[in-house]
Amino acid sequence: MEPRLSVLICSGTGCASNKSMEVMDALRKEIATRGLEQEVEVVQTGCQGFCAVGPIVYVQPDDVFYQQVGVKDVPRLVEEHFLKGRPYKDKLYVPPMGGMPIPKLMDIPFFKSQVLVALRNKGLIDPEKIEDYIARDGYQALARVLTEMKPEQVIECVTKSGLRGRGGGGFPTGVKWASARKASGDIKYVLCNGDEGDPGAFMDRSIMEGDPHSVLEGMCIAAFAVGSSQGYVYVRKEYPLAVQRIEVAIEQAREFGLLGKDILGAGFDFDVEVRRGAGAFVCGESTALMASIEGNPGEPRAKYIHTVDAGLWNRPSCLNNVETFANVPMILQRGWEWFSSIGTGDVSQDPWGGSKGTKVFSIAGDVNNTGLIEVPMGTTLREIVFDIAGGLPEGKRFKAVQTGGPSGGFLPESLLNLPVDFDRLVEAGSMMGSGGMVVLGHDKCMVDSAKFFIDFTADESCGKCTPCRIGSKIMLQSLEKISEGKATEEDVEQLERVAHEVANLSLCGLGKSAPNPVLTALRYFRDEVMAHVHEKRCPAGECKALITYSIDAGKCTGCTLCAKNCPTDCITGERKAAHAIVTDRCIKCGSCKIVCNFDAVVVQ
Amino acid sequence: MQKILQIVEKWGGRKDCLIEMLHDVQTEYNHLPESALRVLSARLSVPLTQITHVATFYASFSLVPKGDTRLRVCMGTACYQKGGNRILEALERELKVKSGEVTPDGEFSLESARCIGCCGIAPALVVDDDDVFGKVNPTKMKKFVADIKKKKQAGKQSAAEA
Ligand SMILES: Cc1cc2nc3c(=O)[nH]c(=O)nc-3n(C[C@H](O)[C@H](O)[C@H](O)COP(=O)(O)O)c2cc1C
Repeated sequence: MEPRLSVLICSGTGCASNKSMEVMDALRKEIATRGLEQEVEVVQTGCQGFCAVGPIVYVQPDDVFYQQVGVKDVPRLVEEHFLKGRPYKDKLYVPPMGGMPIPKLMDIPFFKSQVLVALRNKGLIDPEKIEDYIARDGYQALARVLTEMKPEQVIECVTKSGLRGRGGGGFPTGVKWASARKASGDIKYVLCNGDEGDPGAFMDRSIMEGDPHSVLEGMCIAAFAVGSSQGYVYVRKEYPLAVQRIEVAIEQAREFGLLGKDILGAGFDFDVEVRRGAGAFVCGESTALMASIEGNPGEPRAKYIHTVDAGLWNRPSCLNNVETFANVPMILQRGWEWFSSIGTGDVSQDPWGGSKGTKVFSIAGDVNNTGLIEVPMGTTLREIVFDIAGGLPEGKRFKAVQTGGPSGGFLPESLLNLPVDFDRLVEAGSMMGSGGMVVLGHDKCMVDSAKFFIDFTADESCGKCTPCRIGSKIMLQSLEKISEGKATEEDVEQLERVAHEVANLSLCGLGKSAPNPVLTALRYFRDEVMAHVHEKRCPAGECKALITYSIDAGKCTGCTLCAKNCPTDCITGERKAAHAIVTDRCIKCGSCKIVCNFDAVVVQ
Repeated sequence: MQKILQIVEKWGGRKDCLIEMLHDVQTEYNHLPESALRVLSARLSVPLTQITHVATFYASFSLVPKGDTRLRVCMGTACYQKGGNRILEALERELKVKSGEVTPDGEFSLESARCIGCCGIAPALVVDDDDVFGKVNPTKMKKFVADIKKKKQAGKQSAAEA
């Protein structure tokens, strides 16, 4: 008997850290107790995307979405929904601005405007079961490719689709594959970049954890197209679950004859191995990644010889990003016409002429609906931040959205109507990067935020080329001076000059794009930066050297909570009387502000 | 020694798998002991300088022992924006060590982590390799550390009893 209901539980890292696996066990037990095992199946899925409201439970075919489900909610949920057949009201999604609960997933604004291509199986399959992937038409594209198509036809299809690399640079995938096919050499490699080093990004993690076969199928198709029989997936070590899921998927694909020798009896061989990164951001860069797979330090090299000609072990190598590969089976299955009908521009003459298909973004920071989304290229920043991500939490005003991680920039309110695609973002001084978006509210300081990214770059610079190694340090020092209120106008000028030099002279993309956060902070938020210089003031109240904490005696009720939580015991005052902060002992840790229930702590 | 040879064997003695072997050594010993690196060098015929170059290039490896329990505070963009640095500072005060150091009793090491990809539940921290805690509050770090100690104590006791 087919079960009448499927209960899908998210086991992505976000939900799992909120104990979703305990909820799953409780559900299984409760369902068994009620004798419903034959009727209701429980499935553990990968990341569902809506991390803000986890643990998430989704019931099919009813399309009912439950949020923040705890173990204690399980008995009522099972009784109401699975026995009595009505949604369990207490755990339905309620919009952050208030309103009626929304039972159906497809009616929830966060999901409504999404178009799922790379994330087509998101939250719908058990990532450790190849049968689930196959049941949703998985490996059909590969079968067609191997039995009906020539490599050239595959490349033509991918080129015409307008697919561009999702790893950041936006290089046309079909063009890369064509060069790799043409490159001379018996042994060629297909490599998958799962390094995802951009802080603030987790889409590749979710794909690898939630739908690993989509990546393997994409790699296999690429291998057939370029003529390769060996592949590697390079995954950062910080993603242990992704490593495990990919390894399980490889094993299963081998068992099913979808990897290994003579795949599907078509006389084509291809196998894949996993290599773990070791905590170096620069290893996301193509030549550094290849050095790392070889077992060497991940230092990039100049690319006057392209990696498609001489990459891993000096052999032709075709490197694509996780999400790029996940798109490939869909393009071959539904046709390039379908794919290129989504997105911006025109790629019929020039593969760089537009951005086609969808893009997955991870959206985090000061928004109500943090999580993972997939939208057509060309969706505006406003739609993403306000319609899908639900805008900023109460009391916060929009200041900027940061795209592209350390390689990208800050985009201000005036650019909210910008359609998001590869080229528009670059024009605005930012970058698609791998698709991280972090929203900053009015209380975030641009100097501090730029410093955060340059600190990252200075730390992650591999040190091989001088402009990046020294330049990032100089930029960091200038930003520190600014945030301490010690900078002059000349310091700002120097910062700007060095930023341009680092961008122009660095060896690899890390240094070339590292100045973007600084340059966009100066381009769009100059007044705020200059307030630190001229008035020695941090308008957002974040730069520690320029702020003081005090207590508004009018608002303070004397509850003593702040004094109890102060790590340096610098808050004085009697119970039920207004408290005060002894400024010279205050370390500005912010604990008092976090715990105060009366908004009485003032930062100036 | 036996362990190291097993690790070399697991990776087929392949030089290009050096980084994978170092991961396994690090997991086994909580750091990369010099003796282990010497064995790898001899077995793989890779000069010790080359192995040290790799071992010191990558942030995942450490030549000195890490604490029994590793606390890693995420400093990815989303976590930073939501006060990740405050979490780190609170733990520095609680454990009386700086980020990157180990407590004198060897019980804890404190580190900042590059984005761990849990931006949806920022700010986050990881205990050891894969125990993720989301939406952590800097004012609750005292209890957080105490709870870990308690749990470990209980674990040791039950292990001793068994
Ligand atoms: C410093 C640096 C870090 C990078 N990190 C990543 C990464 O984490 N993931 C990724 O897919 N590409 C990353 N890239 C881009 C890759 O070099 C490469 O362009 C990409 O993997 C190619 O695949 P695609 O064409 O499918 O995008 C990085 C580039 C640079 C310069």
